[in-house]
Amino acid sequence: MADDEPTGIVLTPEERKRRRARNIAIGLALGALALLFYVVTVAKIGVNILNRPL
Amino acid sequence: MTMTGDRLTDGRTADAGFGSRPAISTATVGDYIELFKPRVMSLVIFTALVGMVVSNGHVNPVIGFAALVAIAIGAGASGALNMWWDADIDAKMSRTQGRPIPAGRVAPDEALALGLSLSIGSVAFLGLITNLFAAAFLAFTIFFYAVIYSMWLKRATAQNIVIGGAAGAFPPMVAEAAVTGGVSAQTAVLFLIIFLWTPPHFWALALNKSDDYGRAGIPMLPNVAGPDATRRQILIYTLLLVPCGLLPFALGVGGVAYAVVAAVSGAAMLAFAIQVFVRRTGEAATRAAQHLFGFSILYLLLLFATLLAERTLGLGGQGAALADMLGGVLPLRVL
Repeated sequence: MADDEPTGIVLTPEERKRRRARNIAIGLALGALALLFYVVTVAKIGVNILNRPL
Repeated sequence: MTMTGDRLTDGRTADAGFGSRPAISTATVGDYIELFKPRVMSLVIFTALVGMVVSNGHVNPVIGFAALVAIAIGAGASGALNMWWDADIDAKMSRTQGRPIPAGRVAPDEALALGLSLSIGSVAFLGLITNLFAAAFLAFTIFFYAVIYSMWLKRATAQNIVIGGAAGAFPPMVAEAAVTGGVSAQTAVLFLIIFLWTPPHFWALALNKSDDYGRAGIPMLPNVAGPDATRRQILIYTLLLVPCGLLPFALGVGGVAYAVVAAVSGAAMLAFAIQVFVRRTGEAATRAAQHLFGFSILYLLLLFATLLAERTLGLGGQGAALADMLGGVLPLRVL
């Protein structure tokens, strides 16, 4: 077996494309959740967000 | 032999679960979205939004939006749990055998993990941003759909969708709970409308899909009691539904525009149900059931869209006479 021969599961171009699409979708979903948590936190704290010891 | 040697030329293994299980995931993003039953989810979001709007509570728009997201995720999670549990019978029905699990595109374990994690996440999120009662109500709704309906009633009784229909009717009440911390007659009446709407809606579909349900061994009413008894039940539930459709006007939840829409569309709904009751054989019977199924979706959409439009335009609540009359007798806020 040549050293540069791939071992393990080799993805087909279609499988690579679908995995990439799944990765992007998970990234976008997590990003949207992070943004939602941030905005909700600001909304919950409200004007008190500025009320802190300096 | 390398691992690639175990794989068939189309990238699937010979080990068959539901269909042939992929050696690695070949699922598209759309397959995972399909697990969440997006059409049911959109109905849940819509009815929850109306529940929120008619609740007379005040909520920060950001919190209200986030609560709707939590309810939507909870609905999607319960859809994934339903697909995980029902994969064996879905594989036997033409209507559902193309779903991601029976078609072999998503592994059952993946759907279970996704359903459980999103259920817990959505309940926790709703509890953190609104209140514990709303979170508990959402958890109960998911439990009701995934366990009471999917795991128990669906395969056990011909009344499966009557009782199970409550799961689809809870979202407006969950939304009100998120806004006000309780539930009231305002959304209880919306619950009642969806609850009474579910049997004629699903039995109209089941009349034309009884072979499918029979193959899967699901005791739907047409398979257990026969088509004629189903047509009678459809008519009875529609006769109960149409006057209940007017209750939001009587209770002051809807205005005059709502009363007109509910009366006219209710009369049409009843006309379609009568057609199903009268036309019992051949192509005419099939078409009558199809028409009722299609119109039932429009009927619910019209009622809720009118309530939303009235509240948005400030036209609602003009039919509060009965509510005023009952004010001292019937406590509108029950929790």
